[in-house]
Amino acid sequence: MNLRELEPQRARRELGAPILALEGISLAFGGVKALAEVSFDVREHEIRAIIGPNGAGKSSLLNVINGVYRPQQGRITFRGEARAHMEPHHVAAMGIARTFQSLALFKGMTVLENILAGRNLMMRSNLFLQALRIGPALAEEIRHRRRVEEVIDFLEIQHVRKTVVGRLPYGLQKRVDLGRALAAEPKVLLLDEPMAGMNIEEKQDMSRFILDVNDEFGTTIVLIEHDMGVVMDLSDRVVVLDYGRKIADGTPAEVRSSQAVVDAYLGVKH
Amino acid sequence: MQVETGKPDTFPKLLLHHARERGESPAIREKEYGIWQAWTWGAMRREVEWLAAGLAAAGLARGAHIAVIGANRPRLYWTLVAAQSLGAIPVPFYEDAIAQEMVYVFQDAAIEFAVVEDQEQADKLLEIVPQCPSLARIWYDDPRGLRHYTQPQLASYESLREMGRRRASELPGFFESQVASGEGSDPAIMMYTSGTTGHPKGVVLSHHNLVSSSVAYAELEGLRDDEEVLAYLPMAWIGQNLFSYAQWMTVGFRINCIESAETVLTDMREIGPTYYFAPPRVLEALLTQVTIRMEDASRVKRLLFRYFMELARRVGGELLDGRCVKASDRALYALGNLLVYGPLRNALGMTRIRVAYTAGEAIGPDLFVFYRSLGINLKQLYGSTETSVMVCVQPNGGVKPDTVGPPMKGVEVRILESGEIVLRCPGLFREYYKNEEATREAKDAEGWFHTGDAGFFDATGHLRIIDRAHDVGKLADGTLFAPKYLENKLKFFPHVKEAVAFGDARPHATAMINIDVQAVGDWAERRGIPYSGYTDLASKPQVIELVRGCVEKVNADLARDPKLAGSQIHRFVILHKELDADDGELTRTRKVRRGFIAEKYAAIVQALDSGAGRCAVEAQVRFEDGRTGTVRAELAVVAAKTFEASGPAAAARGAPATRQEQVAA
Repeated sequence: MNLRELEPQRARRELGAPILALEGISLAFGGVKALAEVSFDVREHEIRAIIGPNGAGKSSLLNVINGVYRPQQGRITFRGEARAHMEPHHVAAMGIARTFQSLALFKGMTVLENILAGRNLMMRSNLFLQALRIGPALAEEIRHRRRVEEVIDFLEIQHVRKTVVGRLPYGLQKRVDLGRALAAEPKVLLLDEPMAGMNIEEKQDMSRFILDVNDEFGTTIVLIEHDMGVVMDLSDRVVVLDYGRKIADGTPAEVRSSQAVVDAYLGVKH
Repeated sequence: MQVETGKPDTFPKLLLHHARERGESPAIREKEYGIWQAWTWGAMRREVEWLAAGLAAAGLARGAHIAVIGANRPRLYWTLVAAQSLGAIPVPFYEDAIAQEMVYVFQDAAIEFAVVEDQEQADKLLEIVPQCPSLARIWYDDPRGLRHYTQPQLASYESLREMGRRRASELPGFFESQVASGEGSDPAIMMYTSGTTGHPKGVVLSHHNLVSSSVAYAELEGLRDDEEVLAYLPMAWIGQNLFSYAQWMTVGFRINCIESAETVLTDMREIGPTYYFAPPRVLEALLTQVTIRMEDASRVKRLLFRYFMELARRVGGELLDGRCVKASDRALYALGNLLVYGPLRNALGMTRIRVAYTAGEAIGPDLFVFYRSLGINLKQLYGSTETSVMVCVQPNGGVKPDTVGPPMKGVEVRILESGEIVLRCPGLFREYYKNEEATREAKDAEGWFHTGDAGFFDATGHLRIIDRAHDVGKLADGTLFAPKYLENKLKFFPHVKEAVAFGDARPHATAMINIDVQAVGDWAERRGIPYSGYTDLASKPQVIELVRGCVEKVNADLARDPKLAGSQIHRFVILHKELDADDGELTRTRKVRRGFIAEKYAAIVQALDSGAGRCAVEAQVRFEDGRTGTVRAELAVVAAKTFEASGPAAAARGAPATRQEQVAA
């Protein structure tokens, strides 16, 4: 018997219908065209990567989905609702969470408090009750705290639960940032370079967590990443941008063999 | 010693007993989701009943073996009792063992069933299924990552428990009748000894063995049912099994499972154990942390700490043993207790400790005295898997750091001509599984167990251990050479993590050394010495000088003992990689496998014998995921100063026992 056959078999996750679709998105800052007529969709439960050389428009695209930038043209459809652009607070309320390339954490607060902050939008009782911790606020806090503890358990950061974030090594801070995003129980998770600046071991850990999030919660994941190895291993489908245009879209294998992609990454002989 | 008649003589009977006697008081806690979750003896009895019914339905038969693999989790403890209720024999594994190491045990014990903690352990077992065809069922506790596995062997603990719950309601009385048919002489557990040579041997311990040992400890220390114990050591280690399972079940106190390996310190502070067990390496890691944090403290605090620790070293141990101490020192110690010792015990989570034990390897005198001087009743004991850890314990109020105390009640100890320690006790194991020859070798016709340790009784009847009997050798000129003794002396320095001494039938004693990355790294940082990792740090000339200082201190110390002066360490190397159990260099209990290392690094040993200089080495390393790679390095062989023997033996031999050697560096 072949050992390979006995290695854990991953039953395919069921990829659903498109949950998020971008059609003909164009974005310009003055005369600079950041995105030109970009269209693609993300299916439910999918891990979708956006790659491209520096300045290709990857982060701009994420910011369009996130509602930070308003595209001049195009349409965004999220869970059946089409709009010309998104608004950040809508986005969060609709179940899209994100992590940041340059971490967005409260450095002076503990890991626990930072992740709890990720549940801010779900807190229902008013400021007064929360401050006094009375009535429904207490029960609510217990409920949120439980959920935060599940995130902490999931990301295996129990040992730094009460450590101030600013004192943690970078790789762990990235994990906390992911935890903050997860605490919001998102449908779609946007990850902006989740492995930037990590060593190999930290990258492996983070890859495992991304796969586990997708696996356990069925969260749809859109990620931007520079490390090609990571992208090819993790993603179901990949979009390739170059100078604000989409030059390829497909499975990792298809993208890898695309001439346009090879040219964009390695340059073309003139 | 006989267990009193009429008392429950097996662990499952003890469980029923506690469920009746103290059904509402907590038996086991686990920290999960940031909160300590507790199960009472009554709740635990129900869980075990369901689990046992499930296992019986799955086909676990009397006398069969079942593997238990994972960290300290309540469900794994319940698996132990549930299997024992059915007369099956649990075989715990070290959770960090790699898959291939497990193959032998699975084949040897023909294990069909396994209860594992999580995906990591399940993956390992699935990997060895082709080599262990008898392995039919694997139940996992934590389903994370395993949802999409389709292997027919796999099922969740949850499903097993559910099946058992239904069965138990269909067959009331099944559990009780199964428990009642067990006897004290039945095998209770099988633990594989790591074995520094050859295949591991399965030590079969009966309920009677473990209960006798537990009762002896309980009587000796007056253990009560309100003791709090932290369960944090590997379940496959006899120490953990005896102190957190056998004694727990016998006395009926509480065990507390830690949240994760990284949170031990926090968990310990929260629980505040009253009864504590730790191998020396854990105590050492704690002390290292304290030392590092003290160096970062303010000047005033550092001065206070130094002053009062000095006082504690002088009188702390005496006070703990209840001996006479000057009134002024007594008053100062009380002040120190308020300012330093109390807060420090609190930081260590040791405020409530009544009795603490250490065993497993030799403990450095400084380390040992440190804890005792703080007022923590830390004691050494001596025992092994084969004896259910029931041989010697240091008595309260009469602790001598260099001995392991007098034999426990019911234990007979003799020293053979060869210096080997042999003994008889009720905790003595039944046999090595399927290995009559080894059993006969270890246990002679009259039931004396040959420990393989060399030692002697001192004037007060306390046993002193020197080394493993077969490790004690002779240098080429006939001088006594006790490698473990040298290694321990070296390891007692905080900068040295591991040491391997060579010298049997060689001209001089030499040593390979692993530095402690944390301690030496900290030392280097304070001196502004940059380094990139272990290998780099180990090759820094300043670090070599640091280690040379340690070696020379050991030599100076050896020179004072006429018997050992000849075995001073002439040369040493600092190894380029840390010795690792995954590479076979250490056992899973972190004992060095000297023979294996001598073979693997033959080139270094030769260089050590032939003189100072440099030596190139290439070694295979195994990564945690099982892949292998090669590490190349050039090592400096460094000469250390040796000293004139100051004892009478050197003079008697008519020639200096040692010679001076200048350092080439």
